[in-house]
Amino acid sequence: MSIEVAIVGIGMHEFGRTEGVSGMDQGVVAVRRACADAGLKWDDMQFAFGGSQAAGAADTMVSQLGLTGLQFINVANGCATGGSALFSAYNTIRSGVFDVGIAIGFDKHERGAFRINTKGAGLGDWYGASGLALTTQFFGMKINRYMHEYGITQSSLAKVSEKAFRNGAQNPMAWRRKPISEQEVLDSAMLSYPLTQYMFCSPGEGGVALVLARADKAHLYTDKPIYLKAAAVRSRRFGSFEVLAPSIALEHNAGPTVDASKAAFEMAGIGPEDIDVAQLQDTESGAEIMHMAENGFCEHGEQEFMIQAGETEIGGKFPVNTDGGCLANGEPVGASGLRQVYENVLQLRGQAGARQVPNDPKVAYTHVYGAPGISGVTILSR
Amino acid sequence: MTQVPVTEGVFSWPSQTPQLIGSRCVECGNHMFPVQSGCPKCSSDSTEEVLLGRRGTLWTWTVQGYPPKSPPYAGNVDPKTFQAFGVGYIELPGQIKIEARLTESDPAKLKIGMEMEMVLVPLNTDEAGNEVVTFAFAPVA
Repeated sequence: MSIEVAIVGIGMHEFGRTEGVSGMDQGVVAVRRACADAGLKWDDMQFAFGGSQAAGAADTMVSQLGLTGLQFINVANGCATGGSALFSAYNTIRSGVFDVGIAIGFDKHERGAFRINTKGAGLGDWYGASGLALTTQFFGMKINRYMHEYGITQSSLAKVSEKAFRNGAQNPMAWRRKPISEQEVLDSAMLSYPLTQYMFCSPGEGGVALVLARADKAHLYTDKPIYLKAAAVRSRRFGSFEVLAPSIALEHNAGPTVDASKAAFEMAGIGPEDIDVAQLQDTESGAEIMHMAENGFCEHGEQEFMIQAGETEIGGKFPVNTDGGCLANGEPVGASGLRQVYENVLQLRGQAGARQVPNDPKVAYTHVYGAPGISGVTILSR
Repeated sequence: MTQVPVTEGVFSWPSQTPQLIGSRCVECGNHMFPVQSGCPKCSSDSTEEVLLGRRGTLWTWTVQGYPPKSPPYAGNVDPKTFQAFGVGYIELPGQIKIEARLTESDPAKLKIGMEMEMVLVPLNTDEAGNEVVTFAFAPVA
């Protein structure tokens, strides 16, 4: 009988811009809130996995939380940092080594587009000097090709943003809390054709922590355990089209999202038709559209009808990014993947307030994607 | 003004008709850019340097509409005088798709599938007064 894993506590520091509070301190707040949610103390944590991209080494936060001697492992895996911390915590409990522990992600980035460390990314100085080291260019080029192949319209790109800001307005933890109309999205500055300013998320700040426990002990901490049925992380294969690539192969591969998604569904023993609510990486609105198909929720091109018909709205057939996604929350890289899981726990507990998905959702899905071509997927159930 | 390349080893220099310098896998024939020693397709560590083709077709594109952060960008970042520039992937037949600046930045004039040819474009002027150039692709007239 294999050990199952449950999420028994969740904590978050508000996303956005919090002047005067370091990214690390936002992580500490998230940890304290997660422990309180589980009715546990920091010294109950037997292990921790944590990471940030730009806000310091996670394990140093024990100096504020308490020097309890626990096993604390720092995780650094780009945009999949939070997802990788969760994956590691999940497997630590499944292996039987520990019964209860915590996954932590936090970050704080400078304003504006990400400044790419070309050396750290294995790229020559010429690449950045020539004006090619921008993640925004990749997003523009991927959706431009996709629109050409599958007939997605500019209107659908704008509707994804409109939905994100409408959902964000219902989320007290979100950064962007003002609804923005489809027309305002279309009329905002063209940053990287065909994507306008309000179609992009911004690097931001925030922290999330999740307390995990053996499922057979979850009742000790909560009367609403949420089970982690699958957690999978995959890197790119030959032929996939990824961010920050000076070249790509002529032959085509569907990419790491397709691989991570298939692996997660296999682990959980269910299929896309069983998912009631999904949080999909929406670095920009085109990404949400493409990731709907890459994660197996529709055929390529079907998104056009689904979005125009409102199927991905909170009250629709397949709600996507109910907390406003990256578009409304911003992207503190280390925390972003865990934010998605936090939202799904609220939705499955029935605690999502004004943005609660109706009809009692039972199974929820998260997907994170980032440089240099990595995807992480989780599946949660009640 | 004397021209100098943004870096050595990325395109042939000096040359009237510069070509990108890539690698070809001796085992499986896969092409890579820039030069690298290991093959991502077959995991071989046996690659040889090759000059890549100068013409291809536009596979996808975007327009860089705001000044990139500097560093790393070496071109003009003054918001008052910044000129948007095209960026795309050019499919070189039988070889590889190359990411590059485009000389065209008007969305109405960029079409997936159009013929493109490699050129050099100025980035900035260095401390010695030389014009620093990098590679780009231009629509074939």
